[in-house]
Order: sequence, then C-alpha cells, then structure tokens
Amino acid sequence: MSKVYIALQDNDESRYIVEAIEEDNPDVTVIHMPAMIRIENEGRLTVNRETVEEKMGRDWDVQELHVNLITLGGNVDEDDDSLSLHWNE
Amino acid sequence: MAAKKLNIKDKYRLLTRDLDWEYSYADRKEAFPYEDFEGIKITDWSKWEDPFRLTMDAYWKYQAEKEKKLYAIFDAFAQNNAHLNVSDPRYINAIKIFLTGVSPLEYQAYQGFAHTGRQFGGVGARVACQMQSLDELRHVQTQIHAMSHFNKFFDGFQEYSHMHDRVWYLSVPKSFFNDARTAGPFEFMIAIGFSFEYVLTNLLFVPFMSGAAHNGDMATVTFGFSAQSDEARHMTLGLEVIKFLLEQHEDNVEIVQKWIDKWFWRGSRLLTIVAMMMDYMLPNKVMSWKEAWEVYFEEAGGALFKDLARYGIRMPKYSDIIEKEKEHISHQAWWTFYTHGHAAGFHTWIPTDEELDWLSEKYPETFDKYYRPRWELAKEMEAKGERFYTKGLPQLCTTCQIPMLFTEMDDPTQTSYRDTVYNGDRYHFCSDGCKDIFEDEPEKFVQSWLPVHQIFQGNCGGPDVGDILSDFYHMNVGVDNMDMKGSPDELRWKQWKGVA
Amino acid sequence: MAVKAITPDYKGEVLDKVENFGGNQVVYVGWDHHLMFCAPFAYPLPPEMTFEALRTQVMPETFSLHPEFEQIDWDNVSWMLDGNPFTPQADVALKDQGIGHKSVLRFSTPDLNGYQGAGV
Repeated sequence: MSKVYIALQDNDESRYIVEAIEEDNPDVTVIHMPAMIRIENEGRLTVNRETVEEKMGRDWDVQELHVNLITLGGNVDEDDDSLSLHWNE
Repeated sequence: MAAKKLNIKDKYRLLTRDLDWEYSYADRKEAFPYEDFEGIKITDWSKWEDPFRLTMDAYWKYQAEKEKKLYAIFDAFAQNNAHLNVSDPRYINAIKIFLTGVSPLEYQAYQGFAHTGRQFGGVGARVACQMQSLDELRHVQTQIHAMSHFNKFFDGFQEYSHMHDRVWYLSVPKSFFNDARTAGPFEFMIAIGFSFEYVLTNLLFVPFMSGAAHNGDMATVTFGFSAQSDEARHMTLGLEVIKFLLEQHEDNVEIVQKWIDKWFWRGSRLLTIVAMMMDYMLPNKVMSWKEAWEVYFEEAGGALFKDLARYGIRMPKYSDIIEKEKEHISHQAWWTFYTHGHAAGFHTWIPTDEELDWLSEKYPETFDKYYRPRWELAKEMEAKGERFYTKGLPQLCTTCQIPMLFTEMDDPTQTSYRDTVYNGDRYHFCSDGCKDIFEDEPEKFVQSWLPVHQIFQGNCGGPDVGDILSDFYHMNVGVDNMDMKGSPDELRWKQWKGVA
Repeated sequence: MAVKAITPDYKGEVLDKVENFGGNQVVYVGWDHHLMFCAPFAYPLPPEMTFEALRTQVMPETFSLHPEFEQIDWDNVSWMLDGNPFTPQADVALKDQGIGHKSVLRFSTPDLNGYQGAGV
C-alpha cells in the first residue's frame, strides 16, 4: 500500500487540524519541517469536520482547509463532513 | 422555517452543471473545434467528477482570505526591512531565477488554462480550468508584488519579463510552456495539469519554499505556500483529468501514456534548475535535491503510478535514467552557471568548504568522485586571479534547449550526445528522452528558437557578447552578473550589516 | 505524422537552416571526458575554412583555458565526426571532408584524463 500525504502551513489553525487528524488516524506520521507540517499515512487519511470543530472550539467548514493547505497526494473525496485521501492500490 | 443550507454536492451541481446548455441551433463541433484532433475520445462529459466541488462563490471567499493573509505578511516584511534577515545575500540569487524563470510561467499557465477551459465541451472541466486560470494569474501577481521589495535593494530584478523572452537559459522554461500551450487542450492538461502540477511543482513549491523559510525569507515562503494551496486543487484536477480520459475510452490509454512519457521527461529536465537552487543556492540547508526527489518524485509519483496501473498506465519512460540523474544534475547545472557567470542575470560563486562537505555527505556516490575536482580547479584558478569564465557559446539540445551539460549515466564524465537527421538537417539532443520527443513531432521542434543559433544568425544584436547582454537582454553588465565576490550586492550587504 | 496539429499538413519553419547563418555553418566541438567545459562549443564557421584553421585558430580561443590543452599531442588524438571515427585532413575545407552544417566533432586524448584525472 502506498502512502497518502497532506502538508499544511505551520500555524495556529493547522495545529488543531493536525491534532484532529492524529486523533482520527492513529497510525499517521507527522513530520515537522521549516514552516510546514507534513502528515503521511499508509493507504488512507481522513480529516473529519466534527473533530476539527471540537479541537478549535468553533464551527469549521471542510473547505476552509484550502486556506492552510500546501499540498496533498492521493485520490480526494470531499463532502460536508470530511475530506479523505486514498490510493486504490 | 428557514431555508435549509444546500450540501456541497447539491450546490456544486446547481452552480456548475446546471450552467451548461444544449446546442439546439448551433453545431456543437463548431463551438468546441479543438476537441477531436488529438485523437482523444470523450463519450460522456457528465461522468466528469470534481472531488473538491468548489463553486465560484466559495472560490472567491477562500481566495480572498488567502490574499488578506498574504498581503498582511508582505506589508510586515517590507515595513520591517526583512530582506536584512535572510541568511546570506547569495540566497537572493535563487529568487532572481524565480522571478525571471518561474513567475512568467505562472502567466503562461494562466493563458493556457483560460484557452483550455474554453475548449472543453464538459462544463465541470471548464469551471475547474477557469478557476485554475484565475489562480495562476494570482500567482504571477503575488510573486511580482513579493519580489518587488527585493528589487529595491538588490540587482537583477529589473527586467524579468523582457529577460524571460530573450535570455539564453530562460528559453528553457519559456519553450517548455510554449510547447504545452501550442498542443491541443488534452495534451496541455496532461502536460501541465497532470505531469507538472501533480508531481513536479511540488519540488519547487514545497521543499524549496521550506528552504526559503529556513533562510529567513518570509515573503517568498508565504507566496510559495499560498500559491501551493491552490496547487493542491490543481493536482486534484490533474488526477481527475487523467482518470476521466482513461475511463472514457480504451483508445485514450496509448495517447495518454505517450504524453506522460513526454512530459515527465520534459519536466525532469526543466527541474534541473530547481535541483541547482536547492543544492547550491540555499545557504541554510533543508534537504538535498536527491532527498527531495526521492520523497516527491519517487515515493509520491510511485504511489500515483501504482494507482493508475489499473488503467494500463505504466511509469514514465526513462524513469530508470531519471532515477540515476538525481545524483548528478544539480552539480552539472551549477557548474554550467558558474562557468557562464558572466552571461547570467544573477551572481554565482564557489561553494564554501562547509557546503562542499555537505554535498559530499549528501552525495557520497558521486560528489567527491566527479564534482569536487571541478571546484578544486575553480579555486585554484580564482587564487591565481583568473576566475574561470568559459569563452565561446555552448551547444544546446534542440528539445529542452539546455546546454548539452548532461552526461551518460554509465559513464558520468562523458557528455551524452544524441542526434537525428530530418529532411536533410541534423538535430542534436542531450538524451534519448529529448530525441524521442523531437522524432515524434519534428515539424514542431524544427522551430526551436535556440538562443545560441539566434545569436549566430544576428537576431540578438551583438556580435559582441557584452553588447548582447546589455542591449538585447537588458542586463546591467558588471552589476547583475559575474561572481558574488566583489559584486555591488555583496558590498551593499556588508555596509548594511556593518562589516568590512 | 510529423506533428499533431489542427491545421492539415502543418509544416514548421526550420529556424536553423544553413541559409540563415549569413554564409557560415554551425560546427560543434567537444573534448571527451573534459568537463571543465560544461558542454561542447558551438562555432559559426565558413564552410571553406580548413580543418587546420579550425584546430589552430578557432579551438584554442575556447579550449586553451584547460590546464591540459597545451600538453595535447595532436598526432595522437582520435576524432569522431557525427558519431563515426574520423581522420581529419588538415588542409582540406570543412565542407569537403564531410563536416557539414550542425556536424559534431569530438576528440579524445587518451593520455590526458582531465584535471586530477577526474574527467574535468
């Protein structure tokens, strides 16, 4: 199985998003680089709106992710409640 | 009862798909004349899926937010004279390459996506291309704004657009995009939307930008990451395009594979300059080019091609050569610019001893054996007061337009020569990859505007090289170019920092 | 098909045809395993120029910066022309010994292996 990945700008909002990703995807690897945070996982990775909202303590629209996103790898599936990345093989 | 908020799937359907219409009295083929000639078969545009389902209203909302953040940082950067916080003035030269070589490509991408967006029969693809076109225009604008601050303090930023159209090494990125934009809309999407955006731009906008941050350049990292936040959407578009084409008709597979082979090769050649920027122009190191290549090309690209294997798509042709070249190309490119430092629009230098050791550590198989001796020679000549500037002009590859600096991977001190004869004329290439591309479409590449040949034909002024540099390229000779040592950039930096 | 174009029978303009070089032809010269010079050199030359003139008047201008250039024993140099072994004739014009427009001449110096013997 290949790794999917997402990279976010290293800032206050992203830190909550990363916390939410870690909570919902316990096997992820989080790599801190200058100014950015890269998160990788085998096969699949999901960002759930509810978990992010809980961490931030406010409403959060999944599409707000675009503001802090740097790059990603994997097939994207997005709806009102989550954004997920996956590889088919 | 308040109206229920639409979910994003319904909103996307209403604000995108429902904007299309049927052609009742006009001929659909006349409306979309570019859709057929490449041989791509589309049976049902409604199968197009945009996973981000971004509608125009949401697009403006989030882009405005990104811009507000970005310009707040530009203001802070300028107000705090933050150019003084970069690690070393040598670093700024990488940004000169960025402005002259990359930002104009953003403009070409804007034009390319505007054209392509108009030519697709499917409304989902049209809207996605329209957004990408606007993104690319935003990128060129924000990059010019960010770098205009450096233009007040450093040389070499003054004529980026003029230079892009004329300077010998800038014909490499320019011709790359010209090739893509003069192809049909589907090839453009595989070239730029898929090959370039999905794998290759990551190498510039992620590890290099992280390097900009590490070298204290807050403005560049911010425009870089802000641009790249759009790229995440572009990457997704690129992947959707390829899956869509492959699912539409089995005859598309062979055509798409050929484009993948072409554009991954062209892209890896183009990125040679980014390799050099990473390994030689970032005084504070984040990762080597080779390491970045392994993460973003081999690992990420490998995962992508495994995923596409179910359609019958294989790794790009010459991937084996590309894998070996990661050990060599950054060194070969910086040597080329160092030795042509009198004809470049930025400064070059011999790496410090510490940097040479870092290169040995990062490239244990190749650096000491093949490349350190070049720097020993350069140091010896410099010590004698004979800083090495090569004379004469180099032979160029007809396809990628890069000087013939690449070597045989099984014999790394031997220049790689390839040639072919077409209609009685001989054409030269740096590699099998570039030769294949020419042989597939010779009528396109016989038109290559090769800077060295243009100089010989008298189309660039001269014939004195100094006159060409100043009058045709608009370089400030003796100011923008030559070695970093003793340059006005270096002298000013020392004054600002109060060192002799 | 020589190009995928929307225009039927599209023909590109050959930008580098010999007629465009004002009476000259382009000749490329490279020194094998000597990468102090990052790439082979390109020279615009009259086709009537002799090989001797190319070797003694044109080439030194660019190649003589190499510390080994002076040591070359030209009688022991082997040449390739457009990928094939080649024996140059000193007093014969380039065009009369097959060195045409955009020909590549390569030479190798078996006893000289570059700066520090490293192919530089």
